[in-house]
Amino acid sequence: MSDTKNFMFLNRRAPYGTIYAWESLEVVLIAAAFEQNVSLMFADDGVFELTKGQDTAEIGMKNFSPTYRTLGDYEVRHMYVDKASLEARGLTADDLVQVEWEDWETEESVDNIVEVVDSERVAELLAESDVVFSF
Amino acid sequence: MSDLHTVNKSPFEKNSLETCLRLSKADSAILLYEDGVYGALKGTAVENMIASAVGDKKVYVLGPDYKARGLAEDRMIDGVEVVDYAGFVDLVEANDKVQAWV
Repeated sequence: MSDTKNFMFLNRRAPYGTIYAWESLEVVLIAAAFEQNVSLMFADDGVFELTKGQDTAEIGMKNFSPTYRTLGDYEVRHMYVDKASLEARGLTADDLVQVEWEDWETEESVDNIVEVVDSERVAELLAESDVVFSF
Repeated sequence: MSDLHTVNKSPFEKNSLETCLRLSKADSAILLYEDGVYGALKGTAVENMIASAVGDKKVYVLGPDYKARGLAEDRMIDGVEVVDYAGFVDLVEANDKVQAWV
């Protein structure tokens, strides 16, 4: 069995305007499939990736926002949102999607793994990760 | 006649909107589209910039791009007007030229 690492995906781009957000999500799913410890961090315009109620019907692009809600099923255990970035954009945790997590074996569950954290905690989490992937 | 200025970058990431507002004439029309639509949100760190421009410039937001990003119309800065694709075309036609702030 290969070593497991703590992978942090740092998302700093808004969805749709560029391909960064979608590409990050693709790599997150791949990393999770290889049974690594995967966490996501949303800062700057990345917090817009998680807004509720996205509707892309009129712009001819795939709405990939529902995929974030499935990340718990891929054993993604932590999704962090930088509080300062959220506040600068006039948003609160209520504006963001919720992501449930459940351990099928132990039946342990968390209603929402999306956690708003302060700058100091963001810095700690980034520093503690084995690898940080930037998008 | 006046000019239509378009902004498609997030005001939190680039200064396109700020420079557009600073360097466009008072009777200009400003259209926010793609990631530019984030500039129309209330309660943000850049709200004052737009809110003070609305007085002497006409500010528009491309509705489909706003909606795609999950933003509610009741959270749009007062005085900003929503247009659809046909409305975008009308704005292009109604102005002398289009200046894009990319």
